[in-house]
Amino acid sequence: MRDRIRSVLRHHAQLAQSIEELADDADLYRAGLTSHATVNVMLALEDEFEIEFPESLLLRRTFGSVNAIEEALMSVPTSSTRG
Amino acid sequence: MELAQVGCPSPIGFPLAARILPSSMTESALRLGTDIVDVRSVEASIERFGRRYLERVYTDAEIAYCRSGAGGGAERFAARFAAKEATLKVLRPADWRPEWRHIEVVREEGGWCEIQLRGPAATLAEQQGIQIVSCSLAHERSYATAVVLGAPVGASADTRRAQTSPVSEPPAPPTDPFPPSDHA
Repeated sequence: MRDRIRSVLRHHAQLAQSIEELADDADLYRAGLTSHATVNVMLALEDEFEIEFPESLLLRRTFGSVNAIEEALMSVPTSSTRG
Repeated sequence: MELAQVGCPSPIGFPLAARILPSSMTESALRLGTDIVDVRSVEASIERFGRRYLERVYTDAEIAYCRSGAGGGAERFAARFAAKEATLKVLRPADWRPEWRHIEVVREEGGWCEIQLRGPAATLAEQQGIQIVSCSLAHERSYATAVVLGAPVGASADTRRAQTSPVSEPPAPPTDPFPPSDHA
């Protein structure tokens, strides 16, 4: 799952440094993730994992690190999975 | 009414905030938010995600207005995203954040814009005793920016009077061929 998350970040996060240089717990906002890029990351994750983020997960910390994204994806209720 | 001696010097050397706020409201009571957005990034989002991107971030009215101009309206969308982010900087949510669609840029007939809050965004402002009193948007081909001003609830009357009765501004010419407008 982390490889797929990193792939999404590589293409959509527009970070100031390479995602390969960042640890799984590295702060993506400190690495240059902007609010607008967060929208792209969210939509790309929804495409990649065929889910829809519920409003309860639209938190700044949800997209704060690879680990945080993984945790959020694993918590998405099955009802939010695209049919 | 005793006035607070706070704020930046105005062109006539008298703090602007002192003219618009009573002494019970300190400088920290005013909240200013600003943001800048790369228009190309918005263009890329529209191209990549289409209506899913637009409908997740912008209200139907915002989409209709931005689409009404020449081109795809990416500059206008970018200015609105900047305004939404600038508003969040004024509202200062700790972690949870309102949906982008609950912060709407409403364009008035005169050309200037106002911020309208709905749902949880309005509740957040209410809880903090803050109201959005003014905003300004601007864009060029590459970048869009917005500034949003928040003030304590109850200060709006004084604030608006100060905005409409500038002390140091020269009188406007009888006919202004280029009336001020955000055009955003």
